[in-house]
Amino acid sequence: MIRALLALFRRDLTLARRIGGGGLMGVVFFLSLVTIVPFAIGPDLNLLSRIGPAVLWIAALLSGLLGLDRLFQADDEDGSLDLLRLSPVPLELVVLTKCLAHWCATGLPMVIVAPLFGLMLALDGPALWGVTLSLLVGTPALTFLGAIGAALTVSLRRGGLLLSILVIPLAVPVLIFGVSTAQAASGGTVPFLTPLLILCGLSLGALALAPFAAAAALRGAGE
Amino acid sequence: MSILTTYANPTNFLRLTGRLLPWLASVAALALAVGLYLALFVAPADYQQGETVRIMYIHVPAAWVSLLAYLVMTAAALATLVWRHPLAEAAQKAAAPLGAAFTFICLVTGSLWGKPMWGTYWVWDARLTSELVLLLIYLGLVALWQTIEEPGRAARAASIMTLVGFINIPIVKFSVDWWNTLHQPASVFRMGGPTIAASMLWPLLVMAVGYTALFATLHLMATRNEVLRRRVRRLTMLVAAGAKPSVARMRPARVSP
Repeated sequence: MIRALLALFRRDLTLARRIGGGGLMGVVFFLSLVTIVPFAIGPDLNLLSRIGPAVLWIAALLSGLLGLDRLFQADDEDGSLDLLRLSPVPLELVVLTKCLAHWCATGLPMVIVAPLFGLMLALDGPALWGVTLSLLVGTPALTFLGAIGAALTVSLRRGGLLLSILVIPLAVPVLIFGVSTAQAASGGTVPFLTPLLILCGLSLGALALAPFAAAAALRGAGE
Repeated sequence: MSILTTYANPTNFLRLTGRLLPWLASVAALALAVGLYLALFVAPADYQQGETVRIMYIHVPAAWVSLLAYLVMTAAALATLVWRHPLAEAAQKAAAPLGAAFTFICLVTGSLWGKPMWGTYWVWDARLTSELVLLLIYLGLVALWQTIEEPGRAARAASIMTLVGFINIPIVKFSVDWWNTLHQPASVFRMGGPTIAASMLWPLLVMAVGYTALFATLHLMATRNEVLRRRVRRLTMLVAAGAKPSVARMRPARVSP
């Protein structure tokens, strides 16, 4: 079973790397969002450094959502989702593996480039580390919550918009604690560890529960 | 249990609710009429808030029903997933737009009350924000119901989304206790009894009965419509299948439940 899951993990990573719409495209979209913010609010460096963590978090949320609609849809179209459903491996573990692969292909690159983009938003040292760490800990939660939406909209044409409508309300707590972690790192009133640990808890909770919801949705869509 | 199974039959359900609805609608109309009279003419003006306190009698019951509708929807979603009963699916589908409407009333009246009281129509306070998130969840569910064409599949997808979105309900309820922000804490359903004066509590409770009866009436009507809509859909598909009998005989038409 472990071997089957590892094979699935490798396959998803390879597909994400070779086919357009994978990790690199998410990073480019991330960059475009970060770029348009100074045009919209003006190039005031003080203001930018104050709202920088929030901008990075919104950009990460949106570029994460954009890629998510393909998480199960591509497999549904070419029939491999039916094979995964029929395989002896529990569908919950399949979902978990696909989410982890998806996060490695799209979430991790965003975390890696976040310090660079933070520099462009005039963040200083502690804030840079804070926002990067909060993205590292928090983006898995976004991927897992998004997987529920992706599974619910798997068989729909143009399900991406509906996916965003369904997932954004659920992502509100992650966003709140992600941004407050980043702000606590640059010297706020709250100790740094408190929001960070809550963010970890949200990610772990999503990791534990979302595969069951997403697998149930995929079974419902397959009947 | 036998009562449950008897009225889970859609035909029995339609017959029972057909007889029940006029009474329920009368209770709603009566309670709302009496409640509005008590609220607008009998209840005293508040010593601090003046006449604007009367918005409370519209606002607070709407907030209660906005949560009640989600509880009803969650129960129906569980029934859908466990028993796959078409009636539970219909009840679930009927509750979503109603819940959205009551949430919207709650938000609008709340912001109209907020302007004279707090000096602002909107603050990003925990209670207000979580109620807004509730509205977004309701609207997302309505969109999900409308997007997936086949009723059974839409019902299962909406059930899962309903259960996931249930996380927000305790947050709405307890937001005023967990975060000390602008919205006032609970004053009716709290440990140690209500802190609200009896002259104001009674009109509020009558309004709450009226709102609940109104929700029950509208919900039963919408559920009945959904049951009938499904029958029409099924008949249409049967007719469509029977229109080409030679084809239908060779390949039996698949008719969704």
